[in-house]
Amino acid sequence: MLWNTIWLALREIKRNVMRSFLTILGIVIGVGAVITMVTIGGGATVQVREQIASMGSNLLMVSPGKRLGPGQSSGNVPFKEADVEAIMREVSSIAAVAPVSSQSMQAILGNQNWSTQVTGSDNQYFFVTNRSIGTGRQFSESELRAGAAVCIIGETVRKKLFGGQEVLGEKIRLQKLSCEVIGLMAEKGQSTMGQDQDDMVVIPLRTLQRRVTGTQDVSLIQVSVRDGASTDKVQKDIATLMRERRHLGPSDDDNFHVMDMKEITKMLTGTTELLTALLSAVAAVSLLVGGIGIMNIMLVSVTERTREIGVRLAIGALEREVLMQFLIEAVVLSSLGGLLGIILALTASLWLAGMLRVPFIFNGPIVLIAFVFSAAVGMIFGYFPALKAARLDPIDALRHE
Amino acid sequence: MTGGGLKDNRIIEFKEVTKVYGKGYGAVSALRGVDLCIDEGEFVAIMGPSGSGKSTCMNILGCLDMPSAGTYMFRDIDVGRLTRNQRALLRRHYQGFVFQGYNLLSRTSALENVELPLLYRGVSLRDRRQRALEALETVGLTGWESHTPGELSGGQQQRVAIARAIVTGPAVLLADEPTGNLDTVRSNEIMEVLIKLNRYKGITIVMITHEPDMAHYADRQVHFLDGLVVLDQENGGKG
Ligand SMILES: Nc1ncnc2c1ncn2[C@@H]1O[C@H](COP(=O)(O)OP(=O)(O)OP(=O)(O)O)[C@@H](O)[C@H]1O
Ligand SMILES: [Mg+2]
Repeated sequence: MLWNTIWLALREIKRNVMRSFLTILGIVIGVGAVITMVTIGGGATVQVREQIASMGSNLLMVSPGKRLGPGQSSGNVPFKEADVEAIMREVSSIAAVAPVSSQSMQAILGNQNWSTQVTGSDNQYFFVTNRSIGTGRQFSESELRAGAAVCIIGETVRKKLFGGQEVLGEKIRLQKLSCEVIGLMAEKGQSTMGQDQDDMVVIPLRTLQRRVTGTQDVSLIQVSVRDGASTDKVQKDIATLMRERRHLGPSDDDNFHVMDMKEITKMLTGTTELLTALLSAVAAVSLLVGGIGIMNIMLVSVTERTREIGVRLAIGALEREVLMQFLIEAVVLSSLGGLLGIILALTASLWLAGMLRVPFIFNGPIVLIAFVFSAAVGMIFGYFPALKAARLDPIDALRHE
Repeated sequence: MTGGGLKDNRIIEFKEVTKVYGKGYGAVSALRGVDLCIDEGEFVAIMGPSGSGKSTCMNILGCLDMPSAGTYMFRDIDVGRLTRNQRALLRRHYQGFVFQGYNLLSRTSALENVELPLLYRGVSLRDRRQRALEALETVGLTGWESHTPGELSGGQQQRVAIARAIVTGPAVLLADEPTGNLDTVRSNEIMEVLIKLNRYKGITIVMITHEPDMAHYADRQVHFLDGLVVLDQENGGKG
């Protein structure tokens, strides 16, 4: 009986291919959009996670300024190099500490001109950010101490300025500062946020401070905690030390912030996840609209087929059998929409993943959920028309013209 | 039980059945107190002018409609007390109905139309096919199985409707003008079919007809006029 009814429903759908297709279009788009959003969003999140993992799971970032709170604002008191040294000296279980100050600048070689991010730091920077020197060398102690005009460039900068030429020993200009290229960083690729991590130049911190910014400020301190040590404890120790160094009383709030990986992850994936959730919600609304479309067509169908319903009832069909017939028809229709939506979503996701350079990660559960949901939409929105059909009076239905 | 042998043989019993359509001023009394008893195995012809209440009576017999007053006993079942679903089951298992306007499913082949009542009885696909083909053969439609109603003449459609009513081998066949659209030759053929079903399969038949010739095939004639039975007599000159 069930198979018969399903078969009957399929035949009814086939009878009106164009109308059936238009009916389920809403479901197709809804399911397609939801799955695509979740798949791409999931891929982006995974990419962020991988990137963070590649940064090392035991990274801490110390930044000036308060954590955002209600009604609070205060000028950021920047760090000094002495703070970096103090952390290294006084907090235990630390593998490396790197000061970071960055500035966007023009890099020039001959008539080539390229705008890039210039970071002032020391050799710890490469350790902390999990990067290595591809060719050439790190900074020497004396270069760091003296603030020498030397730089280590990223692959993108090399490509833009040098093309196929030899780079080591050449001089590039960073605005007015002319400095010698002593190393080339190994390639790292794009970040989730679409940032090219190879589009950068690293120079000694002192070089940046003296020749570019003209201050003693360090805008960010990156700390790498020793393997196996508790990041929580190090985080607390750094906070205690910084409060001391900044002369904060017991009632004062921190005017700096120590972020651990969990927080950094949350910060970076939060945006992606929020966006995914938002877009998925919009897509889910189109599923609802699709459901209303199905209800509309089923109601039309019931009216059109009143005589048929009358005949079935007169021949001895029970109310629930007629109800089932129309319900199954609605469910078959919407499930078909779900299937088409899944096919559409997988095609679109594969294509989009390629376009956005996000990994394509097949999300089985969401495909299943979307399919079940589309069937449920048919069930819910098909119920009322089906009930209307089942409740018809056989005599009236037979007389219907 | 009391009542004796005669009563055991009764399949249909109308007592003071009335049917009023509508309310107030526009109310129409289609049946105004009909008493009618039909025994198992009888072949009854119902006659009467248009609008005299024949179809109304038939719809009540077929449990499609309910009397406004009075009782309808089908065997020992008081139909008035049945729920909608119970009446559907009664129709499904004991009654075959040929509607005045055929009422076939459009865009559906003759074979599938005839199979439909078997589907609701839960008969397997193979049995369904076979029994539907037999029923179509009985009404002389072999070779037309795959045609849809739109591709059949009025007379052919009527015969498909008859095949659909008899395919389940019902206890009673209720036919509202089953020969209304057939020529004399075809009508007589259908009558022979009905006679055979009545004689050899013991199916009780109640048939509405306007044609005295057709009514002569029956054992008994019941004449309606203005919602009342005005004449109820055995057909003379027959076995
Ligand atoms: N659903 C209805 N609503 C209102 N009046 C109805 C309805 N059905 C039948 N009637 C009325 O009841 C009366 C009997 O109708 P019925 O259909 O039983 O006649 P009939 O004897 O079958 O006629 P015919 O030979 O033309 O088929 C008619 O006056 C008709 O107008
Ligand atoms: Mg009539």
